[in-house]
Amino acid sequence: MDLLAFARGPGMQWATAIFVAGVLWRLVGVALLRRKPDLSAPRVAAKWKGLRLIVLRSWPRKEFLGGTAFTEVMGYVFHIGFLVALFFYLPHVLFFADVAQGLLGVTFKGVFGVAWPTLPGGIIYFASAVSVAALIAVLVHRLVNPVKRLISNFDDYFSWFVTIAPIATGMAAYSHIGAPYQTLLALHLLSVELLMVWFPFGKLMHAFTIFAARGSTGMLFERKGATL
Amino acid sequence: MNPAKTIGERLAEAGVSRRAFLKFCTALASMMALPPAAGPAMAQAIATRERPSVIWLPFQECTGCTESITRSHTPTLESLIFDLVSLDYQETLMAAAGHQAEAVLAAAMKENFGKYLLIVDGSVPLVEDGAYSCTAGRSNLALLKEAAQGAAAIICVGTCSSYGGIPRAAPNPTQAVPVSAVVKDRPIVNVPGCPPIPVVITGVLAHYLTFGNLPELDPLGRPKAFYGETIHDRCYRRPFYDQGRFAKTFDDEGARSGWCLYELGCKGPVTYNACATLKWNAGTSFPIQSGHGCLGCSEPDFWDRGSFYRPLAAADWGSAKTVGAAAAAGVALGAAAAWAARRRQDRFVKEAAAPADRKPEG
Ligand code: SF4
Repeated sequence: MDLLAFARGPGMQWATAIFVAGVLWRLVGVALLRRKPDLSAPRVAAKWKGLRLIVLRSWPRKEFLGGTAFTEVMGYVFHIGFLVALFFYLPHVLFFADVAQGLLGVTFKGVFGVAWPTLPGGIIYFASAVSVAALIAVLVHRLVNPVKRLISNFDDYFSWFVTIAPIATGMAAYSHIGAPYQTLLALHLLSVELLMVWFPFGKLMHAFTIFAARGSTGMLFERKGATL
Repeated sequence: MNPAKTIGERLAEAGVSRRAFLKFCTALASMMALPPAAGPAMAQAIATRERPSVIWLPFQECTGCTESITRSHTPTLESLIFDLVSLDYQETLMAAAGHQAEAVLAAAMKENFGKYLLIVDGSVPLVEDGAYSCTAGRSNLALLKEAAQGAAAIICVGTCSSYGGIPRAAPNPTQAVPVSAVVKDRPIVNVPGCPPIPVVITGVLAHYLTFGNLPELDPLGRPKAFYGETIHDRCYRRPFYDQGRFAKTFDDEGARSGWCLYELGCKGPVTYNACATLKWNAGTSFPIQSGHGCLGCSEPDFWDRGSFYRPLAAADWGSAKTVGAAAAAGVALGAAAAWAARRRQDRFVKEAAAPADRKPEG
């Protein structure tokens, strides 16, 4: 079995299984934890309003703007570029469509009446390049900023690596740079698999927890009468 | 046959003009990405050589490779192969049969020992000592071992002799293997394809005749000149791929407009072959041009790499069952972790509620 066959077959199967099991382990583990009883009387009746925090926390407060603007902007640039490449590049969409078909027996078109839109390769390449540049910028910032460097651990650096690797290998595969296409495609798939395997166990898990965490914190604050 | 005559003399006898031969060599040189001056040099070198003896052994195969080369239009480059070599043994094409044919084979191997080119199409079955494919009572395995001993080089024509091909597809009941799994001490060049492009076979022979050695090969033993790029690299539908325009079914508007066939399962991006440039049937067309995605037939194990109609991107992520099992395992693990955490909490609460029971610290 060659590298590509491994990456497309057993490698992908194991990575998918570990990803699914790991994510559910983390989510169920947190969801079933016993909450600390809050014995004080609620200050506000509609604590649901606290969900606003999900949105409010998505940009910096004015007071901190000077200190966090760079990280925030780069964070947005990276995430948008990454998500564009992930969800609007046809081969990726075909992969997700195949998974949806296999798990739920539905196609996007079958449910919504239109096919999932895709973007030309050039735009995807540009989005990926921007994303890589932003990732490099935040790494440099992390390394030169003494406070950030102090609070960074293996998880931060490794999560950064497994994030940039699929984008970089994907770009190399798209433009056939550095090795035969099959090798590049295999490396791209293997890097995605590494990302999937690491995902539930490191900080990348924030993709699944961030909004729930903000929401529950917001509700707690609201209940206590704090200004959001 | 009298092998003493040069190829040039024989071509002249056959009515092939010097000019036509020069054109043939120039075309081959350009296909092999050699500089333009290489054409005349090639013509000169080939014309002055004697025809090499060629023994063609068909093993576990469908004769498609032979069909491919013999059914090609005449007079074309590919048909010239028969003027360039002395084809001493080829079961499908030779007039002799039975014991006569076997005697021809034995004589050719003896007379040209160490010098003949061995062409093989078809894979070699190993199970039961190779009993699944025999000629004149002898297994392909035994015949290959014997014929390889006196071969100057071996050319594997087709995916079966190159990589095992369809006979080797799972569950491979005959334990079919490629020639390279049996013969280790002879130069081997693979010309895969199901079938291979006829002119590529001719090209390899012409290279051998010109330079006296085999062309530069890629890691899978294929001549780089013909297998150096993927179908996707040279596909005329590539601009549509880059623009994100894909045919969704074989008869939709996209298909009619010649859009990319990636979504319909085209394996062009991972297939190294020259179909997109050399094409088939005297340069008329190739599968993608006639509306069907590439099957990847010149790659090892192409038959077992999933459906021909499943997009390349749809990797084998498992099934609803495997993902369901992983999900169940994840939920169980999560529940167990939460249960353990709750027990710890309970212990804390209990200990906190009964401070009197605790021994004073210090
Ligand atoms: S039809 Fe196949 S080889 Fe041609 S551009 Fe599309 S994917 Fe590539």
